[in-house]
Amino acid sequence: MFVFLLTDIFFYIIIFSIGLYIFYVRKTKDILETWKHVFRSRTGIISIVVLSFFLLIAILDSIHIKEKIYNEQTESFSYESEIKSVLDIILLPTYKNYEKSYSSPFSSNLYSKETIILENNIERRVYPKLLYKGNHNKYASDNTANILLTFIISLLKYFFVFSIFYLFFYFRIIFKSKNNIFIPFKLNKVFLMTLSIIVILSIFLYELSLQYYVLGTDKVGVDVLYKSIKSIRTGILIGTLTTIVMLPFAIFLGIFAGYIGGFVDDVIQYIYTTLNSIPSVLLIASAILMLQVYMANNPLNFENIYERADLRLFFLCMILGLTSWTGLCRLLRGESMKLREVEYVQASKTFGLNRFSIIVRHIMPNIMHIVIITIVLDFSALVLAEAVLSYVNIGVDPTTYSWGNMINAARLEMSKEPIVWWSLFSAFTFMFILVLFANLFSDVVRDAFDPRSNKNYE
Amino acid sequence: MINYIFKRILYAIPILIGVNLLTFTLFFVVNSPDEVARLHLGNKRVTQEQIQSWNEQRGYNFPLFFNQSETGLNVIKKTIFYEKSVKLFYFDFGISDSGRDIKYDIKQRMWPSLAIALPSLLVGLMINITFALFFVFFRATKVDYIGVIFCVALMSISSLFYIIGGQYLISKLLQLVPISGYAQGVDAIKFLILPVFISVIYGIGSGTRWYRSLFLEEIEKDYVKTAKSKGLSEVSVLFNHVFKNALIPILTGVVVILPLLFLGSLIVESFFGIPGLGSYTIDAIQSQDFAIVRAMVFLGTILYIFGLILTDISYTLVDPRVRLK
Repeated sequence: MFVFLLTDIFFYIIIFSIGLYIFYVRKTKDILETWKHVFRSRTGIISIVVLSFFLLIAILDSIHIKEKIYNEQTESFSYESEIKSVLDIILLPTYKNYEKSYSSPFSSNLYSKETIILENNIERRVYPKLLYKGNHNKYASDNTANILLTFIISLLKYFFVFSIFYLFFYFRIIFKSKNNIFIPFKLNKVFLMTLSIIVILSIFLYELSLQYYVLGTDKVGVDVLYKSIKSIRTGILIGTLTTIVMLPFAIFLGIFAGYIGGFVDDVIQYIYTTLNSIPSVLLIASAILMLQVYMANNPLNFENIYERADLRLFFLCMILGLTSWTGLCRLLRGESMKLREVEYVQASKTFGLNRFSIIVRHIMPNIMHIVIITIVLDFSALVLAEAVLSYVNIGVDPTTYSWGNMINAARLEMSKEPIVWWSLFSAFTFMFILVLFANLFSDVVRDAFDPRSNKNYE
Repeated sequence: MINYIFKRILYAIPILIGVNLLTFTLFFVVNSPDEVARLHLGNKRVTQEQIQSWNEQRGYNFPLFFNQSETGLNVIKKTIFYEKSVKLFYFDFGISDSGRDIKYDIKQRMWPSLAIALPSLLVGLMINITFALFFVFFRATKVDYIGVIFCVALMSISSLFYIIGGQYLISKLLQLVPISGYAQGVDAIKFLILPVFISVIYGIGSGTRWYRSLFLEEIEKDYVKTAKSKGLSEVSVLFNHVFKNALIPILTGVVVILPLLFLGSLIVESFFGIPGLGSYTIDAIQSQDFAIVRAMVFLGTILYIFGLILTDISYTLVDPRVRLK
């Protein structure tokens, strides 16, 4: 049975709006030209492929189901209380078993010694062997050789998949039109390369994590790699959902203030100046603190902890959105004020077009570039902010998988002797990759869309 | 000029009232004082008397807006709104939920915050501008390209990583400076070096890129072309023309955050155990001491508005074309 969490629904809406936007762009020639500028740049293509991959993981992780179980005693079907995502089901073989405690990456035993009683009643302090992974080499007994062989096998698997796809394209092209059969290779070298690297890496990591804890295990023995992958959804949700909450406020209030002016302008300006004057961390902190009190005193009836954690994530995005629309609103106000005086807007006014139509037809399309630049710029900042907020205990629910929570837990681990570094390392690596490509992408987008950007020097 | 400043200060009053009303709504209307008290006392098995006495100790035992049981002016004065919100306007921050005088604490903790924030700002400014000038000098070459990529990479690392990594590398492995703590007077230096260093490193990525784009904007202007066609060397154009004119946006960008330096940096201070206003706020958030959070919101707003006024004034000082009316 499918389960729709609150954030899931909003995430589908986001995906749907991205789809709508792509549809719109394909029909609109001048915007398509601008986007082609993004696709022509090497950085642009690489970051789009990487970000789409992250997005795909987040989508897979947002389709939740409850499994049906057959109860033999009552002879009826019932649903499990545990909610799983499609991603969980794909990754199930890699994470279903928990170890006892910490173990370092690729190791075959636990990280700390334990007393074990041998057969002849002698107590000995040893590193206990891991139960589920680390001692189950598939291809060779030596670890390095095994990893190498695994890599070769995942390469072979990749080529197998790739050749099927290639054949598919090949036949399609042969039968549909009399094109050159090598066209698929001409698609785009950078695009193919990036895609191949990502696919090979993910197959390799999957194969590896069937045999090892690639990034070790955490305090309760959960695979850290699994945790980091699960955190992708949280990061992406915070980056995108917040913008969805923020956009209506920023766009409508900004356009009304700029285009209508007068008293409306004064009121809207007052609202955003007031909100903007409060240092944002303090504003977010106070809002979330109050939410926490509210949730503690009014224990709403949630079916399970998933929904509770989900609601908190949703409220976090709401609050971040409500506190961050002011900057965009001010930009849009200025731009629509400028547009109000432009000749074609004046002309349509003389032709008797009403305000609403002017805003939809002339103002909206001409401020969209600012909106897009802001969305992609804000995304990386929000992903980073999540970690900081979780550190201050005003971020996501402690049970939610998130990089912020991992880093928070890692602070204690770092002071252990010898230190447990892999949790911190993997949280940062994943976060770094996502934020880096988001930043590179936003650079390219800004260059393409911003008429003021220094194109000559990029 | 004086008129203008006076006008700006007058304009700040409605904003402050707005902020005040907003925090009041957040902290007292969304959740009643009783609910907050219940949270502090531990949710279950709390008697009404306990809540009463908790509220009484902290002065939350009044009605929100009108006190019907009093007479005269006290109808308005003996209310939460007057006691907790209006009094902020006379900088009377009251006592925190744990019973300490907030105003005293703020005065004490302001200076350690400033001791970190000011050096970080100044050193960071110098380093960022140097890098930016360097990249602009080599603009549209490999050096510039790699430099920008490097800046983007630096920007993409979470601030927490710089702090945790820096503490581990410099304090734990190399043992150059103590991991955390603070001392009065000159001894403070050894505690301040690492946080300042980390703040500077953290700011390099975004700072350098920002200044670089400011310089590049300037370099396209006509007066630069004129200077070049006069035969001036690239270096002298860069320093005498581009740098000087780009200083205007740089300076105003710095002035606006000057007052906010008192608030300190939340994360850095709490990681390094520096008794500044940043760690004060974090502690208050973590222990849910709402009186402090309220006071800090108000203080932060005042400082921000003050920064904006200073920015306008500094515009007139550095750019003779700007006249304030």
